[in-house]
Amino acid sequence: MAAVTFVSHDGEKCEAPLDEGCSLMQVATNNAIAGIDGDCGGEAACGTCHVIVDPTWADKVGPSGPEEEEMLSMNPERQATSRLSCQIKVSESWDGLTVQLPEFQM
Amino acid sequence: MSTARAVVVGASHAGAQLVASLRQEGWSGEIVLVGDESVLPYQRPPLSKAYLAGKCSLKELAIRSEDFYAKQDIKRVAATVKEIDRSAAELVLGTGDRLAYDALALCTGAHPRRLRAEGADLDGVHYLRRSSDVERIREDTIPGRNAVIVGGGYIGLETAASLRALGLHVTVLEAADRVLERVSAPEVSTFFTRVHEHEGVDVRNNASVEALVGDRRVQGVVLASGESVPADLVIIGIGIEPSTELAEAAGLVVADGILIDAQARTSDPTIVAAGDCTSQDVPRYGRRIRLESVPSAVEQAKVAAATICERDKVIAALPWFWSDQYDLKLQIAGLNTGYDDVVLSGDPTRDHDFTCYYLRQGELVAADCVNRPRDFMTSKRLLAQRAAVDVAALTAKVAV
Repeated sequence: MAAVTFVSHDGEKCEAPLDEGCSLMQVATNNAIAGIDGDCGGEAACGTCHVIVDPTWADKVGPSGPEEEEMLSMNPERQATSRLSCQIKVSESWDGLTVQLPEFQM
Repeated sequence: MSTARAVVVGASHAGAQLVASLRQEGWSGEIVLVGDESVLPYQRPPLSKAYLAGKCSLKELAIRSEDFYAKQDIKRVAATVKEIDRSAAELVLGTGDRLAYDALALCTGAHPRRLRAEGADLDGVHYLRRSSDVERIREDTIPGRNAVIVGGGYIGLETAASLRALGLHVTVLEAADRVLERVSAPEVSTFFTRVHEHEGVDVRNNASVEALVGDRRVQGVVLASGESVPADLVIIGIGIEPSTELAEAAGLVVADGILIDAQARTSDPTIVAAGDCTSQDVPRYGRRIRLESVPSAVEQAKVAAATICERDKVIAALPWFWSDQYDLKLQIAGLNTGYDDVVLSGDPTRDHDFTCYYLRQGELVAADCVNRPRDFMTSKRLLAQRAAVDVAALTAKVAV
């Protein structure tokens, strides 16, 4: 089964299955990934599901939208491939996807 | 593996978070989540929006998948709870069964305040809190029909926006002299009134309901002024009340909510509580507050789980809220209680995006941000840091 790897701030790796059609935030919360809160349930309203997409996957996953960009812009841990995971619809064709988690969700 | 059993009563945002956090905090014993709805715990905010509009299924609104509860070994029980027998450390369920607990968390939530007016029990009169409420409302949402919404708070306005999009004629009746009166500055009320009127909603302020009239089914709403507004369906959104009956009967201290401390402990330190059913004394605000907010419920639940696992976490109580109406995203950081000044960035009488900053003695206490996610995130951070705020700089920066 296609899987995504979440890498915590201190390097711990956690794998979860990529369920087609789910958001990456749902994949994380459904699999008890520590470090992704998703307090607003996926409305891009809270900014607590920040992930940094591995640069080799950035093209496939795509860039952030304008609203998402504004939510991320004030984040001190923001990087070039930062996304809100609730805004990423995952695909089963993304087996091997790797995303890094920030130290803090704000 | 411990044999201790943690029982969580109430399976909405707080309850669902609490059981997940218990495992994260290392609870290795049994976990039982008792809720009176048989469906998986689901997101409530979309009920008045995407779910009412028929844009998503209840399955899509599940907070976590069926699989999650199985994998985390969390047992879900669909039942009402009749009584907490504290001396025996047991719950009495509606079925008469008893369920023993070693740790207990109350996440009993809130229920809609009922309208006390003649005719309030007619067919076609609805409240909106649960998925089953929305499913009933949807049977009545036929384009061209007249919908009357009693209450111009967030639920009322969100519902108005959804029903307009479904092609109904919508009237909002607000008893106060402006919508959102309880929660926001006049400038914000004026803005939302303007937007709703532009979308074709008839917004009536100072409109108290005298009675609902109809044969078996509602046909109209009679106002205190004597005027009658035709109605094929009525949705009542006049606030919520914390569901505290169970706690009260068990002898826990209840003061506009089950009173909890910074560790989410009730007056019985072996019982924790979280979510809309709670109230707490918050030094920052110098008073007791009861929050009606998903993020606060989630935060309290995380702390409550940590307390059960004897870890030291405290509730920061930096509330925030959000509301979607039409293409507007309102994000609110903080609580504006006791504000003495308001500073605007943008012009709510003209623009489609603006921020209303609330100050108390020069300190930022809250911000209402409409289509301004950046201002929201900035405000959230400033509130957390309690940083001194140069308002002129704030408004200048965002004006670019």
